[in-house]
Amino acid sequence: MRNRAAWRHWAASFHRACRPTSDIISTVEFNHTGELLATGDKGGRVVIFQREQESKNQVHRRGEYNVYSTFQSHEPEFDYLKSLEIEEKINKIRWLPQQNAAYFLLSTNDKTVKLWKVSERDKRPEGYNLKDEEGRLRDPATITTLRVPVLRPMDLMVEATPRRVFANAHTYHINSISVNSDYETYMSADDLRINLWNFEITNQSFNIVDIKPANMEELTEVITAAEFHPHHCNTFVYSSSKGTIRLCDMRASALCDRHTKFFEEPEDPSNRSFFSEIISSISDVKFSHSGRYIMTRDYLTVKVWDLNMENRPIETYQVHDYLRSKLCSLYENDCIFDKFECVWNGSDSVIMTGSYNNFFRMFDRNTKRDVTLEASRENSKPRAILKPRKVCVGGKRRKDEISVDSLDFSKKILHTAWHPSENIIAVAATNNLYIFQDKVN
Amino acid sequence: MAGAAGPAAGSGAAGGDGDDSLYPIAVLIDELRNEDVQLRLNSIKKLSTIALALGVERTRTELLPFLTDTIYDEDEVLLALAEQLGNFTGLVGGPDFAHCLLPPLESLATVEETVVRDKAVESLRQISQEHTPVALEAHFVPLVKRLASGDWFTSRTSACGLFSVCYPRASIAVKGEIKQYFRSLCSDDTPMVRRAAASKLGEFAKVLELDSVKSEIVPLFTNLASDEQDSVRLLAVEACVSIAQLLSQEDIEALVMPTLRQAAEDKSWRVRYMVADKFSELQKAVGPKITLNDLIPAFQNLLKDCEAEVRAAAAHKVKELCENLPIEGRETIIMNQILPYIKELVSDTNQHVKSALASVIMGLATILGKENTIEHLLPLFLAQLKDECPEVRLNIISNLDCVNEVIGIRQLSQSLLPAIVELAEDAKWRVRLAIIEYMPLLAGQLGVEFFDEKLNSLCMAWLVDHVYAIREAATSNLMKLVQKFGTEWAQNTIVPKVLVMANDPNYLHRMTTLFCINALSEACGQEITTKQMLPIVLKMAGDQVANVRFNVAKSLQKIGPILDTDALQVEVKPVLQKLGQDEDMDVKYFAQEAISVLALA
Repeated sequence: MRNRAAWRHWAASFHRACRPTSDIISTVEFNHTGELLATGDKGGRVVIFQREQESKNQVHRRGEYNVYSTFQSHEPEFDYLKSLEIEEKINKIRWLPQQNAAYFLLSTNDKTVKLWKVSERDKRPEGYNLKDEEGRLRDPATITTLRVPVLRPMDLMVEATPRRVFANAHTYHINSISVNSDYETYMSADDLRINLWNFEITNQSFNIVDIKPANMEELTEVITAAEFHPHHCNTFVYSSSKGTIRLCDMRASALCDRHTKFFEEPEDPSNRSFFSEIISSISDVKFSHSGRYIMTRDYLTVKVWDLNMENRPIETYQVHDYLRSKLCSLYENDCIFDKFECVWNGSDSVIMTGSYNNFFRMFDRNTKRDVTLEASRENSKPRAILKPRKVCVGGKRRKDEISVDSLDFSKKILHTAWHPSENIIAVAATNNLYIFQDKVN
Repeated sequence: MAGAAGPAAGSGAAGGDGDDSLYPIAVLIDELRNEDVQLRLNSIKKLSTIALALGVERTRTELLPFLTDTIYDEDEVLLALAEQLGNFTGLVGGPDFAHCLLPPLESLATVEETVVRDKAVESLRQISQEHTPVALEAHFVPLVKRLASGDWFTSRTSACGLFSVCYPRASIAVKGEIKQYFRSLCSDDTPMVRRAAASKLGEFAKVLELDSVKSEIVPLFTNLASDEQDSVRLLAVEACVSIAQLLSQEDIEALVMPTLRQAAEDKSWRVRYMVADKFSELQKAVGPKITLNDLIPAFQNLLKDCEAEVRAAAAHKVKELCENLPIEGRETIIMNQILPYIKELVSDTNQHVKSALASVIMGLATILGKENTIEHLLPLFLAQLKDECPEVRLNIISNLDCVNEVIGIRQLSQSLLPAIVELAEDAKWRVRLAIIEYMPLLAGQLGVEFFDEKLNSLCMAWLVDHVYAIREAATSNLMKLVQKFGTEWAQNTIVPKVLVMANDPNYLHRMTTLFCINALSEACGQEITTKQMLPIVLKMAGDQVANVRFNVAKSLQKIGPILDTDALQVEVKPVLQKLGQDEDMDVKYFAQEAISVLALA
């Protein structure tokens, strides 16, 4: 371990116990300060964790995340007009920049985006005129003076209240939401369209991208993810199932059907196969914090693109190239359609994304080193140190190596998050949430 | 609000020997924390009653502290609270104590809901006027500073709206501070705050000394107008108007125009849209000379902008722009510099642009006079009347009155008719509905002859449209026509046709007859109603469809007051009595209702 100096120890500091299967975690997101971490699950619930405040006698406890608030964000619904069930599963959560003492987040399922307020209350009014302390009604005849209620301290209570519901704007399934740097608008993207919303207005949104062909039989491409530029309020990107990324400038026109930039890597004819198109579909797109780069994840790789170079990515990382020979069986069990997400660390120097068998990968962009780690209950006892894993491809398997054939494809890590400024990561492995922290020293 | 539920409103009578006047107040106070939002809202709206009962002392020491911490409530309750507090000065002991109202309003000014914050700011502005100059500096200005340097952008945005009310009444030293705070908000980190500052820039400029406007506001304005966020830049356009109003022509040219020119050519369409949208205000603010030199060329560019939203906004302003030009030389400017661009827009690719233009283009007729209208505008009108988009045609038709005054409608009637007919038969019922609504207007301008000849049959056809909303609109259209053309016309042309429908095999059409009678009876008067309509209605009382029968009862109730007592007693009463015994429940109900309303029992 010590020899791999690029990778400091990753110590598991917290892990969430197994929960019923309806609670498969479907999204993980830190807020802008990293003090809070939100997860959404298949059951429509949002769980928010808060980082333990540092205390003098328990220095090492700093970094533990405890449950702060849990609420039901979405309920299952039924669309009677289309005879369609609408799942309650939370597809994405995005935090808003903090605007007052309360916290705000957007959560979305397939159809409806909701704005939630999470706030604290530590005072409660006391004293009634018509009732006594025990709540018994007083005889009105005895009321000779008026009492104004007084506020008294009480145990801290965290409440989540729905502030806005942005509904009825998406015919297809919402795959992304992204808050604009103007703090005033956000966008929601589904398979064929992207809409722009104002936070204050729920009854109308503007359609900014529409790739629906007049005849649905001519459909060749869908939108898979979309995100706003972190600083330029007019710029956003969206990725497609054809492995391309389009960058649009909202200044140019109200409808962004025509892109400003088009990022695409020419296909390598030698690698062409039946699965080429499926595995080139982009499952996630993320701007770097600096706004200079975009990262995309397809089935086998993570690519980093420079906004100024459209014809090829500047970096390509193999996530699990050993699966290339197994695409056929991955196609048969539908795993090939899994949508892996990817994240940047706070300084954009490391990227992280998930794989199978509860493995997740990190790539250091400067040293070009990479590591495979495993999120499992056995090795995540508090303060245990994560050991790098290795998958062997050839015939002879060394000790501590896992053969490709023994990988468990039902244990997949699709959703991860990286603290905005520190080396703390959150990894969702089906119904477990693991939080790992870089062990300093 | 948390806490156990209080008693519902009005539950329990006031106690016999207790102080009667206290009980309702006690209920109101308890309901400030009721679980039912409506009851809380109700209590907040009667806050002045509570305060009056408590007296000024207890209002200050007990009620206001409680309200200061009550910021967890629903928006509508907070909104009502913010509004109430604006008028509370008298209830806390007059202007000397007005500052007691600042803490609750301060906490309301930091909530996330914009409407609540805006209302709190409005109330604060109101209360600031009630502060003495000393109290203003001792209490109000510190509050503004607190908000302006708050941690969260909600409080800083609220602060932006308060500078202009304290500046004029502050001492010189404090004035300097206020300006300093405003400056720092104009370059705040968050776009929210910069937007708030940009939108209050004009208002703040108005209360500043002219020198300060030039030396301090203008640089802020220039900065905001070149902000990296277009949502901030576009607000600077509005500030342009207010600032230009304060400056002399030379100063406008030197200090404002460079920024405005830049905004009109901004890379972001939203900023250019804003320039187009505020064009009339800008035009008035900068005066005629700059308008001719600068704004007209800018406007030409906006009219041929690459973004349809911008063209549409500019097209909307065409008439106002022309109206506001100096009368001298106006015609030439319009003919040479505006009209060529308008001609292009008539065949624009975007229907919103065309329909925006269609909604104002007729207004140019009065400005340009008869000859120009016939020669230049008429071909445009005619082209728009043939436009593929119904909205364009409708907008032209709805503004016919402007042209009528100048050239008379005859010039247009040949093209008008096919346009109307086509709209009248449009597949979209909303389009048909829209044209029906213009029928009385058209009838008035085209005259009775033309109407009878060409349009009457359309009006009748709508009566049997398959959409109820159209049949309904057609009925009220008939009434308006009768009001216009008189009863004799009604008797000769409308009534017979309506009555024939009473024998239609479709019961919906038979009901339309009844609806028409309801609408027309009043306009037609007693004689026609009694002689021509009543017999038909009475005959329909024997209809086999219950819906028709109970509508007969309803019609009788409606036309009853127009009939004389004789007809009522002899003809109406027996029929209603018979319907009152009908086997259908609804028919019975409406018959009995008619009997009691007409007092025939």
